[in-house]
Order: sequence, then C-alpha cells, then structure tokens
Amino acid sequence: MLRIPCPWCGVRDETEFHYGGQAGIARPPHPDALSDDEWADFLFMRDNSKGEFAERWMHAAGCRRWFNVKRHTVTHRILAAYCIGEPAP
Amino acid sequence: MRKFSVWSLARNAVTGHERWPRQWRSPEPKSAYDVIIIGGGGHGLATAYYLAKNHGITNVAVLEKGWLGGGNTGRNTTIVRSNYLWDESAALYEHSLKLWESLSRELNYNVMFSQRGVVNLAHNLADVRAGRRRAEANRLNGIDSEWLTTDEIKRRCPILNTASTLRYPVLGGTFQPRGGTARHDAVAWGFARAADDRGVDIVQNCEVTGIRRADGRVAGVETNRGFIAARKVAIVTAGHSSVLAEMAGFRLPIQSHPLQALVSEPIKPVLHTVVMSGAIHVYVSQSDKGELVIGAGVDSYNSYAQRGSFHVIEGQMAALVELFPIFARLRMLRSWGGIVDVCPDASPIIGKTPVEGLYINGGWGTGGFKATPGSGWVFAWTIANDAPHPVNAPFSLARFSSGALIDEHGAAAVAH
Repeated sequence: MLRIPCPWCGVRDETEFHYGGQAGIARPPHPDALSDDEWADFLFMRDNSKGEFAERWMHAAGCRRWFNVKRHTVTHRILAAYCIGEPAP
Repeated sequence: MRKFSVWSLARNAVTGHERWPRQWRSPEPKSAYDVIIIGGGGHGLATAYYLAKNHGITNVAVLEKGWLGGGNTGRNTTIVRSNYLWDESAALYEHSLKLWESLSRELNYNVMFSQRGVVNLAHNLADVRAGRRRAEANRLNGIDSEWLTTDEIKRRCPILNTASTLRYPVLGGTFQPRGGTARHDAVAWGFARAADDRGVDIVQNCEVTGIRRADGRVAGVETNRGFIAARKVAIVTAGHSSVLAEMAGFRLPIQSHPLQALVSEPIKPVLHTVVMSGAIHVYVSQSDKGELVIGAGVDSYNSYAQRGSFHVIEGQMAALVELFPIFARLRMLRSWGGIVDVCPDASPIIGKTPVEGLYINGGWGTGGFKATPGSGWVFAWTIANDAPHPVNAPFSLARFSSGALIDEHGAAAVAH
C-alpha cells in the first residue's frame, strides 16, 4: 500500500485517496479550432512513463482536495507532492 | 519436431523420459529478418506461428527480453470466453474461441483447454439489464450466451451463496457454456514449438532497446545483442506498449496498471465452472490441480512494478468469501501481479502505426489471454498484407481520432 503525503493533511494510507491519472493536462483554449487528431491527443493520449511520473490524487477520505504527486512507476517511491498549478519540482 | 503421441510417450517411458528432445532451438539472432516480433508471450508467438503457417513467412525472429511466457501470458487467470457486447469485439473474440477449440490438435500440444463454462453474475438491476442485453447481442452474433436465473446458477454452482440477504445478492447472470480455461504456459510453449518447427527463430534474453527508422519507415531494432535489421517490426509487448511506442516516436492512449491474482491451496473439486463478478470485483475458477485461481480489478495507479497494493487483494478476498462462504478458511499459497495496458474503451489496438512497416498489438487491458490465437491470427494477416484484416480493422489506433470507440467496459467484467 502506498503512503501518500497530502499537502494539507500529511501522510495517509492510499485507501483514503482517489487516483486521477496524469497531472498537468491543460484543456485547449479553443477546442472547436482543433483537428480530430489534436482533439484525440488531448482527450486520450497520455504519458505512461516507466520511471518518474507526475500524477493527480484526491484525498477523498480527508480534505477532499486534489493535488499532484511525482512518483516512480517501478519503485513506487513518492518523490514529491505539490499543489495544483505549481510547477513540478 | 518430434510429434507427441501415445507411441512417443510409450517409447520415452522406456528410457525414463530422459531422451525427449528440446522443444525449440535457442539460435543466435541473425543480422536481418523479414519480420521481427518484439515480445515472446502468447500473442507474439501466435503471430509468428500464423505468419509461418498461413502466410509462408518463415524468416521471422521473436525477440523476448526474459523467458517465453514470463510476462502476462504466465500471470493471467487463464479464462477464455467470447461474450463481448459489440459486433466488432464479438467477431474478434469468437474467432479466437473457435481457434481455441482445435488448438491442442493444431499445435500437437495439450493446452488443456477446458470448456467448463463461464458465469458472469449480476448483483443489481443495472447489471441485470446489461447482462441480458449482452446475452441477446451475443446470440445475434452466433455466440452461445444465455441468461440464467438465480436458481439456475445455484444448480450449476451449489456452493455459491445466493441468499437474498447478501449485501450484493445474486440476481442472475449470463452463461457461456463454450467458455472455460486453458493452461497458459502450455499455450506459449505450444505456439513456440510449432513456430520453431516452421523455421521461426525464438531468441530469449534479447531486449529491444531502440527502434531504428530510416526515411520514415522502420529499419530494424537495437537490442542488447546488437542491431538486427528488418523491413517489418511488430510490437507485441503487453505491459510495455507505451515504452516501445516511445522508442518509435509515437504516443498511445494506454495507461499501464498492476493487476493482481492469487491461488489457494489445492482442494477437492468443488467449483465446476468459472464464476465472475464485475460488480463486486472477483473471479474464480478451480485448476486441474485443485487450486482456486482468483483475480479481480486493477490497482488504480500507473505502475510497471508487477506488484500492487495489499488492500486490493483484501477487497477481492472479501468478495470471494461473501459469494463462497465455503472458502473462508482456505489458505492462499501465492500472489503476484502483472502489468496490464489499458485503453480508454477497454478494447485492444491491433494494426498499423504512424511508422511505415511498424505494427502494434497491445492494449488488451485485463483480458488478452482469451484472445491469444485469434489475436495472432489477425495480426499475422495484418503484417503479411500490410493492411488490417476485416476482423481487426475496427481496432486501429485511428479510432481514437475518428471517435469510433468500441466500449467493452461491461464485457471486460473487471474494473479498469
């Protein structure tokens, strides 16, 4: 089980959290101007890195706030937790 | 290839079974092949076999970074069925199931395909509606699916707890009699032996580290044993599809998750069919050795670690004991994890890539094993003709741009 450091509540068990996938995907400002390929890229294509990965978690059984985590996808080691909108450390 | 028969068995019994030949060669890789298949799991080996058998392409190498069938082929829970909702999926999985039915004879290798039937339980009204709809859709596609009432399920599986007082009572379920299980290692070994017999080079401990391209098309692969040239390269690396795609410079709509499974101590035969519950996340069958083989949903987070969190196993054990109180005091022998490549629509990607001469077969999510022969069959066709077969044409990478997704989250029966 992962132990996840919520920026507001501190380190808690993974079972308190909800996973949100890759972090930092910005919605395109003008979706109607995109081609089908560009829209598919936003909608479906994702980083799936073997190694460091920036992802979102939500503290569902705590403060219920979303935040970002940088985690290694082979060792599962959590390298950083940071707020939405902040650049990845 | 020395054929297995009752005579060869008798002959080798006389010599203490010490003179069986090796079932496939371990050749040094040549400097060039017509086709290179990256990944020596069931799907890759099946692709090599059907390339050689159906299309006469035998100058083929299967490159495996570890050992044959050591990835998801040896980590799944061996369930085979074809009761998928949409016409596209029904065609693909049913094609595969038909190949399963003659596979042992085809390969001269006992893959222990056992058509003991698969029950998918319904626990709420939405499950009932979706299950009945799926069973009817299956029948329209010529698949032997039927709807069973709670009593009918109880007759087939007396140890199942069908009390109405359950938190998630059994309200019925779909049943596919031709579904069942197969021995997953034997599938890899059988395809390897048969492909090797037709001249395919199977190279183990050969890891692909790069995909070389020239003039917009594939030129070969870099490996830990040097560069190997090929005009056609096929990626069949369940669990690492995105990693290989990145080597070739394109992205996939795939996320890799751990999927855990476990087996119990062996007991006398008590469970004569496969029972799956998508709603409370457990599926179970009993192996020929008597062990219960148990699986459930994926871990929520992305991972390449081939292990997951314990609370997921805890959840699936709770579901198992709720459905089968008789299993409450069983001890579990071992658990493991595999990495599954999940697509947004729970359907695979089988076809061409943006790189000329490079093909991909992946994104099977939690349910690739059942498709092994059919997947290899259509993928071999795709590679040989440089165009998808009508059966796998809908499963192209382009469907994510066109929007023609094939949503099989319901039939996948496992939470993605």
